[in-house]
Amino acid sequence: MAPERVAVRDRAAFLRRADHRLLRVAALAGLLMLWEALTRIGFIPALFLPSPLGVLRELGEMTASGQLMVHVAASLRRLVLGFAAGALAGVIVGIATGFFSRAEAVGQPLIAATFPIPKIALLPLLILWLGIGEPSKVAVIALGVFFPMAINTYAGVREADPLLVRAAVAFGAGRWSVIRKVILPSALPMIFAGLKLGAGTALLLLVAAEMIAADSGIGFLVLHAGNIMDTTKLMVGIVCLSLLGVLSHWMLARFERLAVPWRHT
Amino acid sequence: MRVIVDRLSKSYRDRSGQDLVALDGIGLTVEPEEFVAILGPSGCGKSTLLNIIAGLLPATSGDVVFEGERRPGQPLTATVFQEFALFPWRTARANVEFGLEELGLPPAERKERSARFIAMTGLEGFESRFPHQLSGGMRQRVGIARALAVDPAVLLMDEPFSALDAQTRTLMMEELLGIWERARTSILYVTHNIQEAVYMADRVVVLSRRPGRVLEVVPVELKRPRHEGQLGESAFLLAAERIWGLIKSQAQAALVEGKS
Repeated sequence: MAPERVAVRDRAAFLRRADHRLLRVAALAGLLMLWEALTRIGFIPALFLPSPLGVLRELGEMTASGQLMVHVAASLRRLVLGFAAGALAGVIVGIATGFFSRAEAVGQPLIAATFPIPKIALLPLLILWLGIGEPSKVAVIALGVFFPMAINTYAGVREADPLLVRAAVAFGAGRWSVIRKVILPSALPMIFAGLKLGAGTALLLLVAAEMIAADSGIGFLVLHAGNIMDTTKLMVGIVCLSLLGVLSHWMLARFERLAVPWRHT
Repeated sequence: MRVIVDRLSKSYRDRSGQDLVALDGIGLTVEPEEFVAILGPSGCGKSTLLNIIAGLLPATSGDVVFEGERRPGQPLTATVFQEFALFPWRTARANVEFGLEELGLPPAERKERSARFIAMTGLEGFESRFPHQLSGGMRQRVGIARALAVDPAVLLMDEPFSALDAQTRTLMMEELLGIWERARTSILYVTHNIQEAVYMADRVVVLSRRPGRVLEVVPVELKRPRHEGQLGESAFLLAAERIWGLIKSQAQAALVEGKS
């Protein structure tokens, strides 16, 4: 038999995934351009879908008149207050139920029982309790953030490496030292996952609450613009909301990189 | 300080409700500045013994007593763990300072002490790295520095080098002997590796497999400071052979059983 010479060929080439950065930008730009073109030739009536440039123009005008700022500021205030209160309470309850068996025995069934309630359904009750003003809206957002935070933090605490806990105790750490120096940093990645989850929920509840009972805020703006069939203004509201979502996610990711440096370097 | 382990027993209740004797009437002492190895096949409860001495696990019966002069604030034990157990969110220096924080030392003294032990363990230049940025050998140096920094009455080491590759392990053994000469502390060193035990220890406490009992305490008559050349000396070979003779049948039993 004649000796054979076979060069080895890279058989896994088709599995490698390229980045296609240009394609990513092109897809987004293409969609916007198509949308602009379709509205410009009158294929889609502006009442149904205003053109992207039209929305941009309206955004500029509303910003200049200060009208937009009023709504954005009102929403931002509710969002930040509710998010902070809910996140803080969630982390505290999550750590308590994760670490102390008594707190777990009390807290777990309560959380399991109340977690499935759609939080927006509680808004009327909260309005009865706290009035139609800001506190009820902040409270419904806080409630929505509280549950993912408490559940994620609990899971993060439970996942803390028992070896590290033992090592800390071996070096003289007591209960509070263990919580502060081992449990909390161990749970941080899960806490951040909860924050990101909570940010989405917070935005959802913000808009819902503002649509139900508010005379300011982006949710109100969107609903009101829809009622008077000002689609461009409505779209401005939606753009603001999506920007708010993107921005909060980006900020949390930045914050996470700062707070959890051992995971990223 | 002298460590005295007196008639120490530990039994567990396993899942089927049966009592399982892990340690049975263990007695041993570690003299000040002595290097004692505890050696046994897997499943002899050597890590359990170390955990009881460290106060991380209650004994079923018997006592662990520390006797002698204790410096103010001196912890009885500090442990070097097999899997290093470094805090991933702390840099090498912050890991070394962990025990010092718990001792309540002021920052200036923490810094001074951590710097001293970082130098002693050859970690200079790596102080600001996180554990995941260090090799296995360097990580265990941090583990050793963290334990030595609190100046314990006895240093407990639980198979500290078994997670390292063979070459690193050999180097770390020599390194540890050097550190021990300088730090002048007593060491209780758990291992299943006969070479390791004989090469480093003054005495080797050989444990039997389940239940863990002291089979024999084998003294090692090798001169100090020790070096690799002694691995061929007859004193080394005799001690190693003696120990292997004691545990060979038990190691075989462990092998057949598969899991420890």
